[in-house]
Amino acid sequence: MGLSRRPDPAITQLSSGGDPWTTTRLDFVVNWARANSLWPMPFGTACCAIEFMATAASRFDLARFGMERQSFSPRQADVLICAGRVPFKLAPVLRRIWQQMPQPKWCISMGSCASSGNGIFDNYAVVQGIDTIIPVDVYVPGCPPRPEGLLYGIMLLQKKVMNERSADKSLRNEMEPDPRSQLYIPAPMIDEVSEPFGNSVHQTRSGL
Amino acid sequence: MSTSFTPVVAGSALASDAPAPATAKSVPRQGETPNPSAAALQARFPTAVKQVRVVWGETTVIVDGGQLLEIVQWLHDDPSQRYDFLSDVTAVEFRDLELPIEVVWHLRSLPYRRFLRLKVLLEKGSPLEVPSVWSVYRAADWLERECYDMFGIRFSGHPDLRRLLMWEQYREGYPLRKDFPLRGRFSRSEQLRQALAANPEARYTKEELSIAQAFEDLPDDMRRRLSAGEKTGE
Repeated sequence: MGLSRRPDPAITQLSSGGDPWTTTRLDFVVNWARANSLWPMPFGTACCAIEFMATAASRFDLARFGMERQSFSPRQADVLICAGRVPFKLAPVLRRIWQQMPQPKWCISMGSCASSGNGIFDNYAVVQGIDTIIPVDVYVPGCPPRPEGLLYGIMLLQKKVMNERSADKSLRNEMEPDPRSQLYIPAPMIDEVSEPFGNSVHQTRSGL
Repeated sequence: MSTSFTPVVAGSALASDAPAPATAKSVPRQGETPNPSAAALQARFPTAVKQVRVVWGETTVIVDGGQLLEIVQWLHDDPSQRYDFLSDVTAVEFRDLELPIEVVWHLRSLPYRRFLRLKVLLEKGSPLEVPSVWSVYRAADWLERECYDMFGIRFSGHPDLRRLLMWEQYREGYPLRKDFPLRGRFSRSEQLRQALAANPEARYTKEELSIAQAFEDLPDDMRRRLSAGEKTGE
Protein backbone atom coordinates (compact mmCIF):
# COMPACT_ATOMS: atom_id res chain seq x y z
CA MET A 1 0.00 0.00 0.00
CA GLY A 2 2.45 2.57 1.21
CA LEU A 3 4.97 1.71 -1.42
CA SER A 4 2.95 2.69 -4.46
CA ARG A 5 2.99 6.43 -5.15
CA ARG A 6 -0.30 8.14 -5.59
CA PRO A 7 -0.33 9.55 -9.13
CA ASP A 8 -0.21 13.33 -9.16
CA PRO A 9 -2.89 14.54 -11.55
CA ALA A 10 -0.90 17.70 -12.27
CA ILE A 11 1.99 15.77 -13.80
CA THR A 12 1.70 13.26 -16.58
CA GLN A 13 4.80 11.32 -17.56
CA LEU A 14 4.85 9.83 -21.01
CA SER A 15 7.42 7.68 -22.70
CA SER A 16 6.28 6.66 -26.15
CA GLY A 17 9.25 5.52 -28.12
CA GLY A 18 12.25 7.78 -27.48
CA ASP A 19 13.00 9.96 -24.45
CA PRO A 20 10.35 10.22 -21.75
CA TRP A 21 8.59 13.56 -21.54
CA THR A 22 6.22 15.26 -19.17
CA THR A 23 3.15 17.41 -19.48
CA THR A 24 1.74 19.60 -16.72
CA ARG A 25 -0.22 22.76 -16.12
CA LEU A 26 1.54 26.12 -16.24
CA ASP A 27 -0.07 27.06 -12.92
CA PHE A 28 1.44 24.02 -11.34
CA VAL A 29 4.98 24.85 -12.45
CA VAL A 30 4.71 28.51 -11.50
CA ASN A 31 3.19 27.72 -8.12
CA TRP A 32 5.74 25.01 -7.49
CA ALA A 33 8.54 27.47 -8.17
CA ARG A 34 6.98 30.16 -6.02
CA ALA A 35 6.13 27.92 -3.10
CA ASN A 36 9.64 26.55 -2.89
CA SER A 37 11.46 29.85 -3.14
CA LEU A 38 9.56 32.12 -0.79
CA TRP A 39 11.87 34.86 0.36
CA PRO A 40 10.84 36.04 3.80
CA MET A 41 10.90 39.64 4.92
CA PRO A 42 11.33 39.32 8.68
CA PHE A 43 9.55 42.04 10.62
CA GLY A 44 10.58 41.04 14.12
CA THR A 45 9.62 43.27 17.02
CA ALA A 46 9.60 41.01 20.08
CA CYS A 47 10.27 37.54 21.45
CA CYS A 48 8.64 35.90 18.41
CA ALA A 49 11.60 37.21 16.43
CA ILE A 50 13.90 35.15 18.67
CA GLU A 51 11.93 32.04 17.74
CA PHE A 52 12.07 33.12 14.12
CA MET A 53 15.85 33.37 14.36
CA ALA A 54 15.92 29.89 15.89
CA THR A 55 13.81 28.67 12.98
CA ALA A 56 16.23 30.19 10.52
CA ALA A 57 19.26 28.75 12.29
CA SER A 58 20.81 25.39 11.61
CA ARG A 59 18.75 23.20 13.93
CA PHE A 60 15.40 23.92 12.26
CA ASP A 61 16.89 25.29 9.05
CA LEU A 62 14.46 27.46 7.16
CA ALA A 63 16.59 26.92 4.05
CA ARG A 64 14.93 23.53 3.58
CA PHE A 65 11.81 25.42 2.49
CA GLY A 66 13.56 27.59 -0.05
CA MET A 67 13.86 30.41 2.45
CA GLU A 68 17.63 30.45 2.44
CA ARG A 69 17.74 34.12 1.69
CA GLN A 70 16.31 36.41 4.34
CA SER A 71 15.28 39.49 2.45
CA PHE A 72 15.85 42.55 4.56
CA SER A 73 14.56 44.71 1.75
CA PRO A 74 10.84 44.60 1.04
CA ARG A 75 11.52 45.08 -2.69
CA GLN A 76 13.03 41.61 -2.97
CA ALA A 77 10.68 39.80 -0.60
CA ASP A 78 7.74 37.45 -1.14
CA VAL A 79 6.40 36.78 2.32
CA LEU A 80 6.23 39.22 5.21
CA ILE A 81 6.64 37.42 8.52
CA CYS A 82 5.45 39.75 11.24
CA ALA A 83 6.87 38.35 14.47
CA GLY A 84 5.89 40.24 17.58
CA ARG A 85 3.57 42.93 18.82
CA VAL A 86 3.08 46.02 16.71
CA PRO A 87 2.48 49.29 18.53
CA PHE A 88 0.36 51.96 16.90
CA LYS A 89 3.46 54.03 16.29
CA LEU A 90 4.81 51.21 14.12
CA ALA A 91 1.56 50.72 12.19
CA PRO A 92 2.40 53.17 9.34
CA VAL A 93 5.85 51.58 9.05
CA LEU A 94 4.44 48.07 8.71
CA ARG A 95 1.87 49.34 6.22
CA ARG A 96 4.56 50.99 4.12
CA ILE A 97 6.76 47.89 4.12
CA TRP A 98 3.81 45.84 2.94
CA GLN A 99 3.06 48.34 0.18
CA GLN A 100 6.68 48.30 -0.93
CA MET A 101 6.64 44.55 -1.48
CA PRO A 102 5.92 43.59 -5.10
CA GLN A 103 3.22 41.12 -6.07
CA PRO A 104 2.89 38.22 -5.60
CA LYS A 105 3.23 38.62 -1.87
CA TRP A 106 1.95 36.85 1.20
CA CYS A 107 1.91 37.57 4.90
CA ILE A 108 2.38 35.34 7.92
CA SER A 109 1.28 36.73 11.26
CA MET A 110 3.51 34.96 13.75
CA GLY A 111 2.40 34.72 17.36
CA SER A 112 -0.58 35.84 19.36
CA CYS A 113 0.42 39.50 19.53
CA ALA A 114 0.64 39.99 15.79
CA SER A 115 -2.50 37.93 15.25
CA SER A 116 -4.81 39.38 17.88
CA GLY A 117 -2.99 41.65 20.33
CA ASN A 118 -2.69 38.72 22.73
CA GLY A 119 -5.13 40.01 25.36
CA ILE A 120 -2.36 41.02 27.76
CA PHE A 121 -1.46 43.81 25.36
CA ASP A 122 -5.03 45.01 25.10
CA ASN A 123 -3.97 48.56 25.91
CA TYR A 124 -3.69 52.04 24.46
CA ALA A 125 -0.47 51.42 22.54
CA VAL A 126 -0.75 48.09 20.72
CA VAL A 127 -2.49 47.22 17.46
CA GLN A 128 -5.05 44.47 18.06
CA GLY A 129 -3.94 42.20 15.26
CA ILE A 130 -1.99 43.24 12.17
CA ASP A 131 -4.90 42.13 9.99
CA THR A 132 -6.42 45.52 10.82
CA ILE A 133 -3.50 47.09 8.89
CA ILE A 134 -2.57 44.59 6.16
CA PRO A 135 -4.13 41.38 4.82
CA VAL A 136 -2.79 38.20 6.42
CA ASP A 137 -2.58 34.74 4.84
CA VAL A 138 -1.53 32.48 7.71
CA TYR A 139 -1.87 33.04 11.44
CA VAL A 140 0.53 31.12 13.67
CA PRO A 141 -0.76 30.95 17.25
CA GLY A 142 1.52 30.69 20.26
CA CYS A 143 3.26 32.99 22.67
CA PRO A 144 5.75 32.67 21.13
CA PRO A 145 5.16 29.75 18.76
CA ARG A 146 7.86 27.12 18.73
CA PRO A 147 9.89 26.81 15.50
CA GLU A 148 7.83 23.75 14.61
CA GLY A 149 4.74 25.96 14.76
CA LEU A 150 6.22 28.50 12.39
CA LEU A 151 7.38 25.73 10.06
CA TYR A 152 3.85 24.35 10.02
CA GLY A 153 2.55 27.81 9.18
CA ILE A 154 5.06 28.10 6.36
CA MET A 155 4.03 24.69 5.03
CA LEU A 156 0.39 25.80 5.15
CA LEU A 157 1.35 28.88 3.17
CA GLN A 158 3.17 26.69 0.64
CA LYS A 159 0.04 24.61 0.32
CA LYS A 160 -1.97 27.78 -0.23
CA VAL A 161 0.46 28.97 -2.89
CA MET A 162 0.27 25.60 -4.63
CA ASN A 163 -3.50 25.94 -4.94
CA GLU A 164 -3.47 29.40 -6.52
CA ARG A 165 -4.69 29.94 -10.06
CA SER A 166 -3.01 32.57 -12.20
CA ALA A 167 -6.32 33.28 -13.93
CA ASP A 168 -7.75 34.41 -10.62
CA LYS A 169 -6.79 38.10 -10.63
CA SER A 170 -8.42 38.72 -7.27
CA LEU A 171 -5.49 36.95 -5.59
CA ARG A 172 -3.23 39.79 -6.66
CA ASN A 173 -5.62 42.46 -5.45
CA GLU A 174 -3.47 45.12 -3.79
CA MET A 175 -6.23 46.08 -1.30
CA GLU A 176 -5.44 49.78 -1.38
CA PRO A 177 -6.53 51.57 1.76
CA ASP A 178 -9.18 54.25 1.68
CA PRO A 179 -7.21 57.49 1.13
CA ARG A 180 -9.33 59.41 3.59
CA SER A 181 -9.35 57.03 6.53
CA GLN A 182 -6.20 55.04 5.64
CA LEU A 183 -8.12 51.88 6.59
CA TYR A 184 -8.53 49.00 4.17
CA ILE A 185 -11.40 47.34 6.01
CA PRO A 186 -14.46 49.14 7.41
CA ALA A 187 -14.04 50.83 10.77
CA PRO A 188 -16.88 48.88 12.49
CA MET A 189 -15.13 45.65 11.52
CA ILE A 190 -11.92 46.85 13.15
CA ASP A 191 -13.81 47.74 16.30
CA GLU A 192 -15.43 44.34 16.29
CA VAL A 193 -12.25 42.29 15.91
CA SER A 194 -10.52 44.47 18.50
CA GLU A 195 -13.19 43.92 21.14
CA PRO A 196 -11.89 42.91 24.54
CA PHE A 197 -12.17 39.33 25.66
CA GLY A 198 -11.41 37.29 28.75
CA ASN A 199 -10.07 39.14 31.76
CA SER A 200 -9.32 42.25 29.79
CA VAL A 201 -13.05 43.03 29.61
CA HIS A 202 -12.78 44.48 33.11
CA GLN A 203 -9.91 46.81 32.31
CA THR A 204 -11.69 49.29 30.08
CA ARG A 205 -12.00 52.02 32.68
CA SER A 206 -9.56 52.97 35.38
CA GLY A 207 -10.95 52.84 38.91
CA LEU A 208 -10.70 56.58 39.31
CA MET B 1 35.32 67.75 17.26
CA SER B 2 37.51 66.51 20.04
CA THR B 3 37.26 67.58 23.65
CA SER B 4 39.50 66.51 26.45
CA PHE B 5 38.05 63.57 28.28
CA THR B 6 38.80 62.78 31.88
CA PRO B 7 37.57 59.39 32.98
CA VAL B 8 35.63 59.34 36.24
CA VAL B 9 36.93 56.77 38.69
CA ALA B 10 34.22 55.59 41.04
CA GLY B 11 35.07 56.43 44.63
CA SER B 12 38.04 58.58 43.63
CA ALA B 13 36.95 61.44 45.88
CA LEU B 14 36.65 59.25 48.97
CA ALA B 15 39.35 59.18 51.60
CA SER B 16 41.96 56.53 51.07
CA ASP B 17 41.01 54.78 54.31
CA ALA B 18 37.30 54.65 53.39
CA PRO B 19 35.87 51.15 53.66
CA ALA B 20 35.61 49.18 50.48
CA PRO B 21 32.13 49.19 48.94
CA ALA B 22 30.09 46.17 49.95
CA THR B 23 26.66 44.92 49.04
CA ALA B 24 24.16 46.27 51.55
CA LYS B 25 22.69 43.50 53.68
CA SER B 26 19.65 43.58 55.98
CA VAL B 27 19.02 47.29 55.45
CA PRO B 28 16.21 48.47 57.74
CA ARG B 29 13.20 50.12 56.19
CA GLN B 30 13.62 53.23 58.31
CA GLY B 31 16.42 54.67 60.38
CA GLU B 32 19.45 54.18 58.17
CA THR B 33 21.88 57.11 58.26
CA PRO B 34 20.96 59.62 55.55
CA ASN B 35 23.22 60.54 52.68
CA PRO B 36 25.53 63.38 53.91
CA SER B 37 24.40 65.43 50.92
CA ALA B 38 20.98 65.82 52.56
CA ALA B 39 22.42 67.70 55.53
CA ALA B 40 24.57 69.77 53.18
CA LEU B 41 21.49 70.65 51.15
CA GLN B 42 19.63 71.67 54.30
CA ALA B 43 22.49 73.93 55.31
CA ARG B 44 22.84 75.45 51.85
CA PHE B 45 19.14 75.80 50.94
CA PRO B 46 17.28 75.97 54.29
CA THR B 47 14.03 77.25 52.76
CA ALA B 48 13.93 74.99 49.73
CA VAL B 49 14.41 71.65 51.49
CA LYS B 50 11.06 70.59 52.88
CA GLN B 51 11.67 67.08 54.09
CA VAL B 52 14.37 64.41 54.22
CA ARG B 53 13.34 60.76 54.28
CA VAL B 54 15.45 57.62 54.43
CA VAL B 55 13.70 54.51 53.17
CA TRP B 56 15.52 51.22 52.62
CA GLY B 57 18.81 53.07 53.05
CA GLU B 58 18.09 55.52 50.23
CA THR B 59 17.78 59.21 50.92
CA THR B 60 14.90 61.20 49.46
CA VAL B 61 14.94 64.98 49.68
CA ILE B 62 11.70 66.77 48.95
CA VAL B 63 12.51 70.22 47.64
CA ASP B 64 10.73 73.29 46.40
CA GLY B 65 10.16 73.23 42.64
CA GLY B 66 11.13 76.85 42.18
CA GLN B 67 14.67 76.27 43.37
CA LEU B 68 15.17 72.85 41.83
CA LEU B 69 17.49 73.92 39.04
CA GLU B 70 19.65 75.89 41.48
CA ILE B 71 19.86 72.86 43.80
CA VAL B 72 20.76 70.44 41.02
CA GLN B 73 23.33 72.82 39.64
CA TRP B 74 24.91 73.11 43.08
CA LEU B 75 24.88 69.33 43.60
CA HIS B 76 26.56 68.93 40.23
CA ASP B 77 29.19 71.65 40.63
CA ASP B 78 30.11 71.67 44.31
CA PRO B 79 33.39 69.81 44.91
CA SER B 80 31.97 68.27 48.07
CA GLN B 81 29.04 66.74 46.18
CA ARG B 82 29.96 66.08 42.52
CA TYR B 83 26.70 64.48 41.42
CA ASP B 84 27.86 63.83 37.89
CA PHE B 85 25.29 61.31 36.76
CA LEU B 86 21.55 61.73 36.29
CA SER B 87 20.16 58.22 36.16
CA ASP B 88 16.44 58.89 35.96
CA VAL B 89 13.71 61.48 35.74
CA THR B 90 10.22 60.19 36.29
CA ALA B 91 6.97 60.95 38.10
CA VAL B 92 4.54 59.22 40.42
CA GLU B 93 0.82 59.74 40.58
CA PHE B 94 -1.29 58.29 43.36
CA ARG B 95 -4.86 57.18 43.05
CA ASP B 96 -5.79 59.36 46.03
CA LEU B 97 -7.02 62.70 44.67
CA GLU B 98 -5.58 64.57 47.66
CA LEU B 99 -2.03 63.34 47.18
CA PRO B 100 0.13 65.44 44.89
CA ILE B 101 1.99 64.20 41.82
CA GLU B 102 5.65 63.63 42.59
CA VAL B 103 8.38 64.36 40.07
CA VAL B 104 11.49 62.34 40.86
CA TRP B 105 15.14 62.86 39.94
CA HIS B 106 17.69 60.15 40.66
CA LEU B 107 21.18 61.57 41.02
CA ARG B 108 24.35 59.61 41.46
CA SER B 109 27.77 60.82 42.52
CA LEU B 110 30.35 58.47 41.12
CA PRO B 111 33.38 60.03 42.88
CA TYR B 112 31.68 59.85 46.28
CA ARG B 113 29.63 56.69 45.60
CA ARG B 114 26.42 58.40 46.67
CA PHE B 115 22.84 58.14 45.54
CA LEU B 116 20.31 60.90 46.09
CA ARG B 117 16.67 61.10 45.16
CA LEU B 118 15.10 64.52 44.74
CA LYS B 119 11.36 65.00 44.66
CA VAL B 120 9.12 67.92 43.83
CA LEU B 121 5.46 67.74 44.83
CA LEU B 122 2.91 69.18 42.39
CA GLU B 123 -0.68 69.63 43.53
CA LYS B 124 -3.16 68.16 41.08
CA GLY B 125 -5.03 71.39 40.51
CA SER B 126 -1.91 73.43 39.84
CA PRO B 127 -0.09 73.66 36.51
CA LEU B 128 2.24 70.67 36.22
CA GLU B 129 5.44 72.52 35.52
CA VAL B 130 8.95 72.11 36.90
CA PRO B 131 12.28 73.49 35.72
CA SER B 132 14.27 71.37 33.30
CA VAL B 133 17.73 70.19 34.35
CA TRP B 134 18.82 69.86 30.71
CA SER B 135 21.28 72.74 31.19
CA VAL B 136 23.10 70.66 33.82
CA TYR B 137 22.70 67.13 32.48
CA ARG B 138 22.26 66.47 28.75
CA ALA B 139 20.92 63.05 29.77
CA ALA B 140 17.76 64.80 30.91
CA ASP B 141 16.72 65.41 27.30
CA TRP B 142 14.93 62.15 26.55
CA LEU B 143 14.11 61.40 30.20
CA GLU B 144 12.14 64.62 30.47
CA ARG B 145 10.52 64.08 27.10
CA GLU B 146 9.35 60.65 28.25
CA CYS B 147 8.04 62.10 31.49
CA TYR B 148 6.19 64.79 29.56
CA ASP B 149 4.81 62.17 27.18
CA MET B 150 3.52 59.85 29.89
CA PHE B 151 2.46 62.29 32.62
CA GLY B 152 2.00 65.65 30.90
CA ILE B 153 4.50 67.38 33.17
CA ARG B 154 6.06 70.36 31.43
CA PHE B 155 9.76 70.97 31.93
CA SER B 156 10.35 74.66 31.45
CA GLY B 157 13.66 75.35 29.77
CA HIS B 158 13.79 72.07 27.87
CA PRO B 159 15.00 72.83 24.34
CA ASP B 160 12.80 70.33 22.50
CA LEU B 161 9.89 69.21 24.64
CA ARG B 162 7.74 66.88 22.54
CA ARG B 163 6.48 63.35 22.86
CA LEU B 164 9.02 60.58 22.88
CA LEU B 165 7.25 57.21 23.06
CA MET B 166 3.90 58.06 21.53
CA TRP B 167 3.88 59.76 18.15
CA GLU B 168 3.85 63.52 18.16
CA GLN B 169 0.27 63.95 16.96
CA TYR B 170 -1.05 61.68 19.71
CA ARG B 171 -4.16 63.37 21.05
CA GLU B 172 -5.61 61.03 23.65
CA GLY B 173 -3.78 62.42 26.65
CA TYR B 174 -1.08 61.18 28.95
CA PRO B 175 -1.16 57.39 29.29
CA LEU B 176 0.34 56.94 32.75
CA ARG B 177 -2.07 59.32 34.45
CA LYS B 178 -4.53 57.58 36.72
CA ASP B 179 -7.58 58.97 34.93
CA PHE B 180 -6.40 57.53 31.60
CA PRO B 181 -8.36 54.41 30.59
CA LEU B 182 -6.14 51.45 29.82
CA ARG B 183 -7.37 51.15 26.23
CA GLY B 184 -7.11 54.84 25.51
CA ARG B 185 -9.98 57.22 24.94
CA PHE B 186 -10.81 56.62 21.29
CA SER B 187 -12.23 53.57 19.57
CA ARG B 188 -9.81 51.10 18.04
CA SER B 189 -10.62 52.14 14.48
CA GLU B 190 -10.12 55.80 15.34
CA GLN B 191 -6.82 55.04 17.04
CA LEU B 192 -5.70 53.08 14.01
CA ARG B 193 -6.83 55.79 11.63
CA GLN B 194 -4.86 58.44 13.50
CA ALA B 195 -1.81 56.20 13.81
CA LEU B 196 -1.81 55.37 10.10
CA ALA B 197 -2.25 59.04 9.19
CA ALA B 198 0.97 59.88 11.01
CA ASN B 199 3.93 60.19 8.71
CA PRO B 200 6.89 58.51 10.39
CA GLU B 201 9.28 60.67 8.41
CA ALA B 202 7.49 63.96 8.96
CA ARG B 203 9.91 65.36 11.48
CA TYR B 204 13.52 64.51 11.86
CA THR B 205 15.50 64.18 15.04
CA LYS B 206 18.57 66.23 15.70
CA GLU B 207 20.76 63.25 14.88
CA GLU B 208 19.16 62.97 11.45
CA LEU B 209 19.57 66.69 10.89
CA SER B 210 23.26 66.34 11.63
CA ILE B 211 23.38 63.96 8.65
CA ALA B 212 22.12 66.83 6.51
CA GLN B 213 24.97 68.95 7.81
CA ALA B 214 27.36 66.21 6.71
CA PHE B 215 26.08 66.50 3.13
CA GLU B 216 29.39 67.83 1.85
CA ASP B 217 31.18 64.75 3.13
CA LEU B 218 28.98 62.34 1.19
CA PRO B 219 30.34 60.54 -1.91
CA ASP B 220 29.94 62.37 -5.22
CA ASP B 221 27.32 60.10 -6.76
CA MET B 222 25.16 60.18 -3.65
CA ARG B 223 25.34 63.97 -3.48
CA ARG B 224 24.33 64.19 -7.14
CA ARG B 225 21.37 61.87 -6.64
CA LEU B 226 20.18 63.62 -3.50
CA SER B 227 20.44 67.08 -4.98
CA ALA B 228 18.45 65.88 -8.01
CA GLY B 229 15.60 65.36 -5.60
CA GLU B 230 15.78 61.59 -5.15
CA LYS B 231 13.80 60.51 -2.14
CA THR B 232 14.99 57.84 0.22
CA GLY B 233 12.63 55.45 1.90
CA GLU B 234 10.08 55.47 -0.89
